[in-house]
Amino acid sequence: MDFIAILSIFVLACFVGYYVVWSVTPALHTPLMAVTNAISSVIIVGALIAAAASGAPAAKWLGLAGVVLASVNIFGGFAVTERMLAMYKKKDKPIAKGNKA
Amino acid sequence: MIPAPEIVPDLSTAADAAHAVNPWVALAYLVAGVFFILALRGLSSPASSRCGNRFGMAGMLIAVVTTLMTHLPVKSWCSGPATGTPGGLMSCPVQSGLDTVTILQILAAIGIGAVIGLTTARRIAMTAMPQLVAAFHSLVGLAAVLVAAAAFINPGAFGILGLDGNILAVSRVEMMLGAAIGAITFSGSVIAFAKLNGNMSGAPILLPARHLINLGTLAAILVGTALYALAPSAGPGEGWLFWAILVAAFVIGFLLIIPIGGADMPVVVSMLNSYSGWAAAAMGFTLHNTAMIITGALVGSSGAILSYIMCRAMNRSFLSVIAGGFGADAGASGGESKEQRPWKQGSAEDAAYMLQQAEKVIVIPGYGMAVAQAQHALREMADMLEEQGVEVKFAIHPVAGRMPGHMNVLLAEASVPYENVFELEDINSEFAQADVAFIIGANDVVNPAAKTDKSSPIYGMPVFDVDKAKQVFFIKRSMGGVGYAGVDNDVFYMNQTTMLLADAKKMVEEINKNLDG
Repeated sequence: MDFIAILSIFVLACFVGYYVVWSVTPALHTPLMAVTNAISSVIIVGALIAAAASGAPAAKWLGLAGVVLASVNIFGGFAVTERMLAMYKKKDKPIAKGNKA
Repeated sequence: MIPAPEIVPDLSTAADAAHAVNPWVALAYLVAGVFFILALRGLSSPASSRCGNRFGMAGMLIAVVTTLMTHLPVKSWCSGPATGTPGGLMSCPVQSGLDTVTILQILAAIGIGAVIGLTTARRIAMTAMPQLVAAFHSLVGLAAVLVAAAAFINPGAFGILGLDGNILAVSRVEMMLGAAIGAITFSGSVIAFAKLNGNMSGAPILLPARHLINLGTLAAILVGTALYALAPSAGPGEGWLFWAILVAAFVIGFLLIIPIGGADMPVVVSMLNSYSGWAAAAMGFTLHNTAMIITGALVGSSGAILSYIMCRAMNRSFLSVIAGGFGADAGASGGESKEQRPWKQGSAEDAAYMLQQAEKVIVIPGYGMAVAQAQHALREMADMLEEQGVEVKFAIHPVAGRMPGHMNVLLAEASVPYENVFELEDINSEFAQADVAFIIGANDVVNPAAKTDKSSPIYGMPVFDVDKAKQVFFIKRSMGGVGYAGVDNDVFYMNQTTMLLADAKKMVEEINKNLDG
């Protein structure tokens, strides 16, 4: 892929991000931060490449350290998001009286 | 700056080999990216949110497995005697196979991360969410720095070597930006964490000439990046630039956050969220990886939008938040011309009686409620009132709590159904019909000075119209402290206001006893 192709993906993804994030309900802004944090750890891809490459031990160890950090984030981020989202509940009992909302 | 790809001939350069990937692999990363979009899309409603989170996990799994499969660590060794002339070309029958040690090391690294991540996620208190998110941001930042450093040391593995054996200029810029943004995210998040966690005072630390220092450092980073990109070699010759810029970026991240006060931390956390995204995107450019670029763009815009929402909810410009210093002069602004005004103190019995008589009650929780851990007692109060036929709604200001949406999580944790929780703009018109506005641990967000007093530091901030409610109960620890902004609040002195001076949790429990009897 050449630079322009990548740049196109990036710019379009920024627009997608803009519209998707505005549609997130404000009540879920904290889970939004937790989950964006988890997915930004996709940087683990780079760390895995560095860790798997042969030839430069220093780069390999940096990569392994990166894998540890990113996976703390991936597991921690998704798990804490799941924990928070599980707490959002609907009303379990019938409403006492007319609620116009 | 941008090398035309045509100048790279079919001399299988490392750059070509690594980037001309199998279309199935490219497709897998694209699917991962799309799954991440769906993960955020799911958050548009609590009902679809958990499904969204699963999409996120699936996307990550696809990205990780794809990378592991396509970058299996291999090692080669000579399986027979070498032939050829010593000193000249030597060759030997080569055998290659999986490097199992490295595979195990990678799996161990993932395992260590999983254990730390899962235990933290399980144990963390919901009130400590902002610190946790700040800590997680710092990890993403540091991971980006490590990946960039690894790419700098072993560029061949990342396919960013040009024909001349040097790192391609455009890759140097991308890599440098990723490293610098990652470093800023890291040191900034560490400071944000320390401030939110109370390891460090929330008060802004103002260095003399800080704007000059910050702008100078930023300029140095940009100029350094340009010099590095144009340098004849990226190796040992000009390589020191890489490390120097990295150090400068660590320093600027630290300098940018220390002058920002505790009240502005929601903006800072959102901003660092954004930075961690841009760092991932920059590394995605380096690796030509669609999943990383899409994710980086999503996270970057997400953080930027959240910062914008927070700034708007405080009526502050993003620049003034970044410039810092808010809250430092708070003591001075509160002291001027304050006459003693009469106010009314009430008891839990009074409050319980009035709440029972009401038809409609709007509860306005603030961070003080979370500090006092009063959310569970508050939910019991709401339940009891609803059983007695009172309509109870919760009203949440965008800056309530220490990060966007924090108060919603705390109420959800206390099992308040989310249909009863409303945002500022959705409920503000209902105060005129409300019999009781019940303010607990909030202050600035109900201060009418934001609407009327142009000299007030919070002027222009959207606030709840509690003055329109027939009756106001205001739970506050004492008449002393006056919110983050340090401004007096006219709501204390209104005719219909009754102050309930006590610890929020004790007061609500006291009210609950009276509701019961």
